[in-house]
Amino acid sequence: MEPILAPESIDLIALAPVIVLSVFAMMVLIVDLFGGRNKTLLVFISLVGLLMTAISAFAKNPIPAYSFNDSYIVDHLSLFFICIFTISSALAILLSVEYNEREGIRAGEYYALILFCTVGMILLASSTDMIMIFLGIEIVSICLYVLAGIRRGNLASNEAALKYFLLGAFATGFLLYGMTLVYGSTGSTNLFEIADFVKNPEAQSNPLLLMGLVLLIIGFGFKVASVPFHMWAPDVYQGAPTPVTAFMAVGPKAAAFAAFFRVFAEAFPEMAPSWEVLLSSIAVLSMFFGNLGAIMQTNIKRMLAFSSISHAGYILMAVIAKNSLGASSLLFYMLAYAFTTFGIFGIVILLGRKGEENLEIENYSGLAYKHPIIALSMTVFLLSLAGLPPFAGFIAKFYIFSAAVQEGLITLVIIAVLNSAISFYYYLKVVVFMYMKEPEAEFRISLTPLTLFVVFVGVIATVSLGIFPGSIIALASH
Amino acid sequence: MFLTFITFLPLAGALFLVFMPKESVAAIKQTALAVAVADFLLSLLLWTNFDNTTHKMQFELNVPWIEAWGINYHIGLDGISLLLYVMTTFLTMICVLASWDINKHMREYMIAMLTLSTGMLGVFISLDLFMFYVFWEFQLVPMYLIVGVWGGPRRIYASIKFFLFTAVGSLLMLVAILWIYFYIQETTGVATADILYITEHLDAPLGTQKWLWMAFFLAFAIKVPMFPFHTWLPDAHVEAPTAGSVILAGVLLKMGTYGFLRFNLPFFPQASYEFVPMVAWLAIIGIIYGALVAMVQEDLKKLVAYSSVSHLGFVMLGIFALNPYGIQGALIQNINHGISTGALFLLVGVVYDRRHTRLISEFGGLAKIMPKYTICFMIAALSSIGLPGMNGFIGEFLVLLGIFQVNGLWAACATSGVILAACYILWMFQRVMFLELKNPKNADLKDMNTREMLTVVPLLILIFWIGLYPKPFMDTFDASVTHLVSKVSPDNFRPKKEHHDNDHNDKHNDKQNEKHGEHARLITPTEMASLNHRLQMPALTKE
Repeated sequence: MEPILAPESIDLIALAPVIVLSVFAMMVLIVDLFGGRNKTLLVFISLVGLLMTAISAFAKNPIPAYSFNDSYIVDHLSLFFICIFTISSALAILLSVEYNEREGIRAGEYYALILFCTVGMILLASSTDMIMIFLGIEIVSICLYVLAGIRRGNLASNEAALKYFLLGAFATGFLLYGMTLVYGSTGSTNLFEIADFVKNPEAQSNPLLLMGLVLLIIGFGFKVASVPFHMWAPDVYQGAPTPVTAFMAVGPKAAAFAAFFRVFAEAFPEMAPSWEVLLSSIAVLSMFFGNLGAIMQTNIKRMLAFSSISHAGYILMAVIAKNSLGASSLLFYMLAYAFTTFGIFGIVILLGRKGEENLEIENYSGLAYKHPIIALSMTVFLLSLAGLPPFAGFIAKFYIFSAAVQEGLITLVIIAVLNSAISFYYYLKVVVFMYMKEPEAEFRISLTPLTLFVVFVGVIATVSLGIFPGSIIALASH
Repeated sequence: MFLTFITFLPLAGALFLVFMPKESVAAIKQTALAVAVADFLLSLLLWTNFDNTTHKMQFELNVPWIEAWGINYHIGLDGISLLLYVMTTFLTMICVLASWDINKHMREYMIAMLTLSTGMLGVFISLDLFMFYVFWEFQLVPMYLIVGVWGGPRRIYASIKFFLFTAVGSLLMLVAILWIYFYIQETTGVATADILYITEHLDAPLGTQKWLWMAFFLAFAIKVPMFPFHTWLPDAHVEAPTAGSVILAGVLLKMGTYGFLRFNLPFFPQASYEFVPMVAWLAIIGIIYGALVAMVQEDLKKLVAYSSVSHLGFVMLGIFALNPYGIQGALIQNINHGISTGALFLLVGVVYDRRHTRLISEFGGLAKIMPKYTICFMIAALSSIGLPGMNGFIGEFLVLLGIFQVNGLWAACATSGVILAACYILWMFQRVMFLELKNPKNADLKDMNTREMLTVVPLLILIFWIGLYPKPFMDTFDASVTHLVSKVSPDNFRPKKEHHDNDHNDKHNDKQNEKHGEHARLITPTEMASLNHRLQMPALTKE
């Protein structure tokens, strides 16, 4: 390790997306100071910022390129993830505009927080060094703590923020401790150097290193909301403002998975026998408890929280598979999941009323005959989450399962498909209410244009990724 | 392209319906019917243009779909799928006509029906495993909605049960598909899910074959449904609207038997051979159990539903006779069951529309006031029993002939199913049609109207057509069946040194013998003799 950074190892072009987005985020903060009550300009700046970020991500050529002493990387994985992040943050912002108006959230820092959170996500997906990963995770988490509690007057929102903060801080402690132990036993925080170090079979059996791995798994396990570190998720998902919930379910989760994948598939593939079992059991538990928990729920946001826990279980299979198919399936899954999730939360927002009401699944009774198009879109999203063809969710699941089958993880795949079957039950339950029950009360839906637009984008993407996934798969599998 | 057009025409029709105002019910019905009729007529063109001298796929189209995975949009029809394909378009047409009086959400109903049609047609034309799976799962959703929205009082329970049963089976099949995909990639170096390629090159060791076979078996056995996976069927049938039952019995169940013929037998010939006794006994239990349970039903529709379990047992028995008679019988019985049971469901629907009950005890003496109805019902019922001169006889006779060559005891057990069928059908017929007209509610029932006659009469014509002159049907799949039988014949995996026993098939089997030789199981001379005997039997229509 170099004790001091040599100047030429700092490559600002590689860092362009982070810089661009940070600048725009600060711009949002400053404009908010002078902009008064009208937030339209902030939304506009944020969206432009995200667009510029996505473009600047491709400034570095050729890839893979390294920067900051090999602790920051621009490669295919990170570029694809930056695209997912910018898309999902943009969709989250679009969802927020009308929601915030309805709920009376006037904080201008809301948009800045989403942008800063995205900065953290980009760092997280691009880092090849433990320190950088930690930095990314902290940026993401702190933004999310605030976003979860941004409805200051609301008790549930406050509870969500506090719970998330306390448990999150605790988990970060685990993560940091794990990193320390890994550093102590390998002598490096750089993922490549660690990978080199653990090629030596003697190093692999070092108890300190193993302990470090376990702690890392706990830390990451918390961030991606996998069982048994999931307890925060349902409460936080329910309490946080709905656009933030959607955002949390997609962006930060994808970022955590990116880091998860890098650490385990790139730094510790040699030690797979020691972490495979642990991760497999976490995956199985997540699928199982996520799906069983979701069956019990009557609130749609809680149901989606449990469903997202089970999805974390499926996605973990890509980490366990740790092959190139695993990496590309992770990318495709997150992309498909992003569109579907934002679509479904868009509908939840459309049907919700001021004060986070009308969120029980019962409230969806008879929707199909009052608002057929919305019900149809909802069905598309639900079936896609359930993994039924011809929707994006099916291709995504197929992709992940094939990565696992290629690694010979047949038992895990069988457990996963049986879990998919369980999940059909609760996804279909919503369809049952929408199509097979009579409406209980009048629907008072205000079809607000931006939210509708997000739903529309979601449907188009979910269907087209399901029917013509070819080009995206080609991109993902580079 | 033509095949693609016919397959997706109903879906296009459904999309068109989406944009029609839902108040104009008549226009919606007429549009749906026009699409269904056009689709049927076009599919008849396929049949007339079909070359039945070859087992090869026809009307093929093969274009890349997901290039990174080597997955293609590969479609085509052979003798095995063609008739099922035409039957699907035919029954869709009948069903649209039979749904004329649906009283709620007509537009959504017709959209579901037409979408379902495309899903089912897609299953029969897919020549790529991935694509097959997509259609196989896709058609579940519209069927689920048809049962769940337009069904009877327990429709939600029945529809979810239907969905979950089928989904569990097919998900395990998905794992097997993935496994095959990577196995083929490893052994031949080609990343493909092409069914024809896999049929040609898949050569897994017997132990693995058995696992894969079971994964496919579960998916198809639930769909057929075989005993003990049949419990979803009576629920779904009873709760589904009339047209839903017709489609369910006529096409959806056939997708299971089609799966056995397209996947289980050609992919895993050796495992199939090993599992023959198991399947045969399950089929026999299904035949007898279905018939006995049908006998004690009080609800007409449930009776017909259980008779389906019994009839499908015959089809399965025929398939796993693994000889030309058996498979030809199974295929023709597939069609027969769609026609006869479809007709029975339509006819039950006719009285249900009038009386809103299907309890046998509510009826009696209908022959006096509904003569046309009684005659139609009688023809359908007798065809279901398998009376000579009608379609059921041809199918059951061939199946029994085929299975008799394999095992006399099985044939004897299965035959008892025919007798039991006569019992429950005739007893039911007597209680509904004859006896005194006691129930005053039945006194002024109207006979069938023109539309109802229009839905049933085509089926009755087919009953006699197949019963008296089955040649056009048999010819269609003759070449494909001969090819399939040669592929799954146990001689293929016989060790090479015992070869001289069987001069007759030497040339034909040499190649396959080399391929399968290493994994082969030694079989006893007695078994050998009986197998040779079976193989030398010429196909029926060539006599």
